[in-house]
Amino acid sequence: MAIGVADVRSTSTATADSGRNLLEVRALKMHFPLTQGIIFQRQVGAVRAVDGVDFFVEKGETLGLVGESGCGKSTTGRAILQLYKPTAGEVLFDGIDLVKLGGEQMRRMRRRLQMIFQDPYASLNPRMTVGNIIGEPLEVHNLAKGKEKTERVQELLRVVGLNPYFTNRYPHEFSGGQRQRIGIARALAVEPDFIVADEPISALDVSIQAQVINLLEELQSKFHLTFLFIAHDLSVVRHISDRVAVMYLGKIVELADRRALYERPLHPYSQALLSAVPIPDPAIETKRKRIILTGDVPSPVNPPSGCRFHTRCWKAQPICSEVDPEFKEHEPRHWAACHFPG
Amino acid sequence: MPELLEVKDLHTQFFTRDGVVRAVDGVSFELAAGETLGIVGESGCGKSVTALSLMRLIPQPPGRITKGEILFDGQDVLKMDDDEVRGIRGNRVAMIFQDPMTSLNPVLTISRQVSEALELHLRMDRTESRKRTVELLELVGIPSAKSRLDDYPHQFSGGMRQRVMIAMALSCNPKLILADEPTTALDVTIQAQILDLLKNLAREFRTAFILITHDLGVVAGMTQRIHVMYGGKIVEKADTGELFANPKHPYTWGLLRSIPRLDETRREKLRPIEGLPPDLIALPPGCRFAARCQYKRDVCTEKEPELVSIPNAKADHEARCWGTQAGGWLVDVDYRTDTTVFATAKADA
Repeated sequence: MAIGVADVRSTSTATADSGRNLLEVRALKMHFPLTQGIIFQRQVGAVRAVDGVDFFVEKGETLGLVGESGCGKSTTGRAILQLYKPTAGEVLFDGIDLVKLGGEQMRRMRRRLQMIFQDPYASLNPRMTVGNIIGEPLEVHNLAKGKEKTERVQELLRVVGLNPYFTNRYPHEFSGGQRQRIGIARALAVEPDFIVADEPISALDVSIQAQVINLLEELQSKFHLTFLFIAHDLSVVRHISDRVAVMYLGKIVELADRRALYERPLHPYSQALLSAVPIPDPAIETKRKRIILTGDVPSPVNPPSGCRFHTRCWKAQPICSEVDPEFKEHEPRHWAACHFPG
Repeated sequence: MPELLEVKDLHTQFFTRDGVVRAVDGVSFELAAGETLGIVGESGCGKSVTALSLMRLIPQPPGRITKGEILFDGQDVLKMDDDEVRGIRGNRVAMIFQDPMTSLNPVLTISRQVSEALELHLRMDRTESRKRTVELLELVGIPSAKSRLDDYPHQFSGGMRQRVMIAMALSCNPKLILADEPTTALDVTIQAQILDLLKNLAREFRTAFILITHDLGVVAGMTQRIHVMYGGKIVEKADTGELFANPKHPYTWGLLRSIPRLDETRREKLRPIEGLPPDLIALPPGCRFAARCQYKRDVCTEKEPELVSIPNAKADHEARCWGTQAGGWLVDVDYRTDTTVFATAKADA
């Protein structure tokens, strides 16, 4: 029955502006099995990391995906790129369902979908030179070889603000911010349409973060990129996104245009999240009222019944623990899943 | 009133194969009883090494405190022998570390770890210390504390582990708590819980706090004074309100301009600080920030400025910058609108 509900609402979101949508995600689920036993493994449960999310990303926009650790935001990004095989749901990229594609078809499709990873220390092979790291996708997709490849790599390094003569250096010779630029150059090499940026700046220092954010914004307008920007820092997401989705325990609880979400959040979780972010201004900070949530995020193995947020919600009523609220469009282009929004 | 803590000209260096890393290079500050001080800076600026130096926890070798005095309640910590230091550490000065996942011992129960200081410093016996441990865990907001005494750290979430760390820090009623990035590893809603807890405890017990962080938002709501560090030195000291309203060092300006704010109304382009922090092995002559400073002049790369009082600011506001001190070219500049700056810079040139 839950799937039925999801289907109905996903068609309603999709038909709204399907012409402009580069990506549509419908009722996406990603469950990781928990097994017991050494030889005969039997499944005893599942981590329901992503448990039915629907959203679309329009061409050329940046959709910010925020939430706390363990809410399933990174898993959503990876499941879109088919780095995990989704348990259920559809991922329509330019009208093609990626979930149904075979290995070779998907491999070819990957030229159009790329990823920027969180940890610039772990996502670059320490034994490869920068030239090989950025050049590899060019070879894999037969885009350039030999001298042409070298030139393209140098051009990419220039585009991300690095010295083009760094091609023979190794990742350890670079700082965190510079490595992140290398990761960005690698993603750009195949001229993708869509980039999933999974916490691309959270491992960097404050002053370096701004450099990378500005770079991403420049590249977006230069190459007409569409971004899914995954982050836990709400200030950064506000800065970079056109629309923002808030995730909690495997579900999107609110999705709206940037301004609407930050100025009139409808879901209590979004409200709490926003109130918890410290603002670097003591005059504002001392006057602000904080909503302090009690307790921790429940386990995604055994999520609460009804609304998943009801265990920590100050507005919770009996209905909240019984009925999972529908993800409804309360205002134009402003969706929220709450029985008592606003 | 005598200060609780006085740090004078502290130098901490690490002797490595590549050369001497001058991690803390002449840091001086004071702290009164019950006061909360924020130390802000990026990684590698020396803020954590400062905290470790105060507790004499610098691994030796390769590190060594080469110069300076650390007067805690009038006694020089650097002149004490190991037993005397141990008598202070965890007793009158306590520390909360950044990473609650690695700073608790995974093979000891929570009660064992919290009660260690109680038994060591306050000479409590097992039953007494267990009772006090329950009280402490309740104080920091751990639900059903009694039944969780014999749990191991892995059975706690990140936020709960940080609460255990705070309970450990509070166990001997310290006069000073050093909190080194206490919420960096935590989610924002959990961060709000922990900051709220720290604030209430500081008020209730009148404990002095040094809060070390890279997050200007965190110190804005938590501290009375702020010191900004860069390249092993303090570059600006001011009241919290004053620092945000009237910052006087280009590095502080850069930090404030480069972070997107949750309450930003217009989508402006961020203005990052270009370049990278200085190499602490081969420090440049002159001002350490000069290489990244858009306002620099010849004097900046030649002579190092002192930390001095600043015109157009409160009396105890000090900055280490040629441009903003008396007679400098940045005195009347509002960092938010730096077009004027370029105009004057050109006129002078």
